[in-house]
Amino acid sequence: MRGSYWVRKLASLAATLYATVSFNFLLFHVLPGNPVQLLARSGHYDAAARRQLVALFELNHSLLDQYVIYLNNTLHGNLGFSYVYREPVTTVLGSAIGNTLLLVGTATFITVVVGVWLGVVAASRANSLTDATVSVTSLSLWSMPDFFTGMILIFVCGVWIHVLPISGIESSGLASGGLAHVLDIARHLVLPATTLVLVNAAEFSLITRNSLVDTLVEDYVLTARAKGVSRRAIVWRHALRNALLPIVTATALYVGMVLGGAIQVETVFSWPGMGLLIYNAVEQRDYPVLEASFLIFAIAVIVTNFASDVLYRLLDPRVRRT
Amino acid sequence: MSESTNPRPVLDVIDLVVHFRRRARRDVVRAVDGVSFDVARGEILALVGESGCGKSTIAMAVARLVAPTSGRIVIDGTDVTSVGGRALRAIRRRVQMIFQDPFGSLDARQTVFETVAEPIRIHRLARDPEDRRRRVMAALDQANLRPPERLAQRYPHELSGGQRQRVAIAAAMAVGPELVVADEPVSMLDVSARAGVLRLMMEGRDRLGVSYLFITHDLATAWVVADRIAVVYLGRIVEIGPSPELVAHPAHPYTSALLAVAGGEEHDGPVLPGEAPSAAAVPSGCRFHPRCPRYVLAGEPAICRDEDPTLHIRGAGTGPAHRVACHLAQQDPMEETK
Ligand SMILES: Nc1ncnc2c1ncn2[C@@H]1O[C@H](COP(=O)(O)OP(=O)(O)OP(=O)(O)O)[C@@H](O)[C@H]1O
Ligand code: SF4
Ligand SMILES: [Mg+2]
Repeated sequence: MRGSYWVRKLASLAATLYATVSFNFLLFHVLPGNPVQLLARSGHYDAAARRQLVALFELNHSLLDQYVIYLNNTLHGNLGFSYVYREPVTTVLGSAIGNTLLLVGTATFITVVVGVWLGVVAASRANSLTDATVSVTSLSLWSMPDFFTGMILIFVCGVWIHVLPISGIESSGLASGGLAHVLDIARHLVLPATTLVLVNAAEFSLITRNSLVDTLVEDYVLTARAKGVSRRAIVWRHALRNALLPIVTATALYVGMVLGGAIQVETVFSWPGMGLLIYNAVEQRDYPVLEASFLIFAIAVIVTNFASDVLYRLLDPRVRRT
Repeated sequence: MSESTNPRPVLDVIDLVVHFRRRARRDVVRAVDGVSFDVARGEILALVGESGCGKSTIAMAVARLVAPTSGRIVIDGTDVTSVGGRALRAIRRRVQMIFQDPFGSLDARQTVFETVAEPIRIHRLARDPEDRRRRVMAALDQANLRPPERLAQRYPHELSGGQRQRVAIAAAMAVGPELVVADEPVSMLDVSARAGVLRLMMEGRDRLGVSYLFITHDLATAWVVADRIAVVYLGRIVEIGPSPELVAHPAHPYTSALLAVAGGEEHDGPVLPGEAPSAAAVPSGCRFHPRCPRYVLAGEPAICRDEDPTLHIRGAGTGPAHRVACHLAQQDPMEETK
């Protein structure tokens, strides 16, 4: 019974990944317009150069063969060749992925901690002024586009009171690796990360609040109170543990949101990550880079969903033991 | 106003009133509307009445889970109506509550061990973890959850309803309470599981001298379990007395009606004709008069509509008194025994 669950789960993960990769292929290969035409737009490519390009992008094969080649390449981590950078896409993506992970990872950690904490505060004082303030503020921030919040922060902190760097990931002229360098990156991280936290914390604060409010009226909470469990322990030990499942589910949804947000935020703050890369790739029609980025984002969302499913199962003894 | 021979009852509830203001509907629910009773050491007092008459609210007020609008809760001579902090925590050990729904009252994420160990830990009753483990196992064993080592590792969803309720009882008994408030502890269990749970509670009384406030909507169960019975109607006690006496000689027409349906076959639907009572619109005078057969038989006397009857001692027996709140009860005391 337990074994078959994991087999089913992993099979469906594999199927989803396969479908995603295939869809990605279709999106970029079946749609009209191929890279050679695009590159040749400027006109100064002769017939021989065109043939070379066709071979380079493997367009001299049938669509089915291209598909097989694509699957094979993708499996081997070969994501193609960037038109713009004239480098393998993996090289182009390499540092961008790291930078995005730094930004999104930091922002996600703070978002979850702050969001859940605010939700707990609101739920513990349900229907109070604090509760209303938390809900209204979270909702307003949530409804703002990421780039807009980012621009407000740039204006306030960067232009107006001049306290934090508003662009890039590091200042020029610092020896890499030293403490000064790390602190410099941290300073650059503050505003873009804060933007993502402000916009996304609502998802966690509202879901935590609502889930906790429902949980706090359950009989076992009353039982715990009657037993003399302190308010704090009731909320954190009993209720939150039971309210956690929707929060875990929300995290999976959140990853999709935050990746979309990262594109905007990285563009606004010139943070050299995947988001900025995608933005530039769209502008310059660098299809291989776009294709690879889409794939990576899609895989990130799928894997997070899978992880949240697994976590869900581990958290709930009712599911775990049966 | 202690009824028992022991001068100091474990629980003394004096003029308890619990009103809920419903903002949305702009009215007030008079869930408990002036209730007094006491429970002697080692005594089982049953509160009996229809759904919505305020039984659970009384239980919650006694367990300090709901704040009384007025009145006093006295535990073993100490007024605990508005204590807080450390004193409240002490009360939370001495008064234990058992809820109706054993599926909802246990934290699904705690093992049986954690459920029983938590109150022991909170009230610092164990010297060390090993001592705590021993106490948990002893409590499980006494609650007939055997073998305790195996059951301790289970989660609530792996237990039957009866087992869960016995876990709740084990957790309550593990801290050595003086009073256990049990709110319909068997009404959601299979008939086959009921006897075991009831027996367990009786054992607690016989072996440890624990007192019970036992809440049920079924007069037959109350009669089996309780030393005394208090019949509750719309937030008031309308009759209270020793179980055999009250069942043999009911003095209030509402008690008689409850007895009529307690007799046997499954009964749903109202106990009596007439509008279902609402605690948000308590009738004038005697709150029972719109449904009262005796009122009709007596020719609808004005006193029933105008004057709210208070509890009066009926008959001159020895032991705890039999009291009834009915203007017409004294006129033919044997009427309802036929
Ligand atoms: N928090 C509350 N707010 C408003 N009304 C309430 C609240 N709690 C209880 N009531 C009302 O008070 C009355 C008494 O409720 P209570 O739960 O004490 O009845 P009960 O005798 O335990 O009924 P049951 O047999 O259904 O458990 C009911 O009319 C109920 O609707
Ligand atoms: S006082 Fe009147 S209405 Fe009330 S129970 Fe007695 S006879 Fe019935
Ligand atoms: Mg109830």
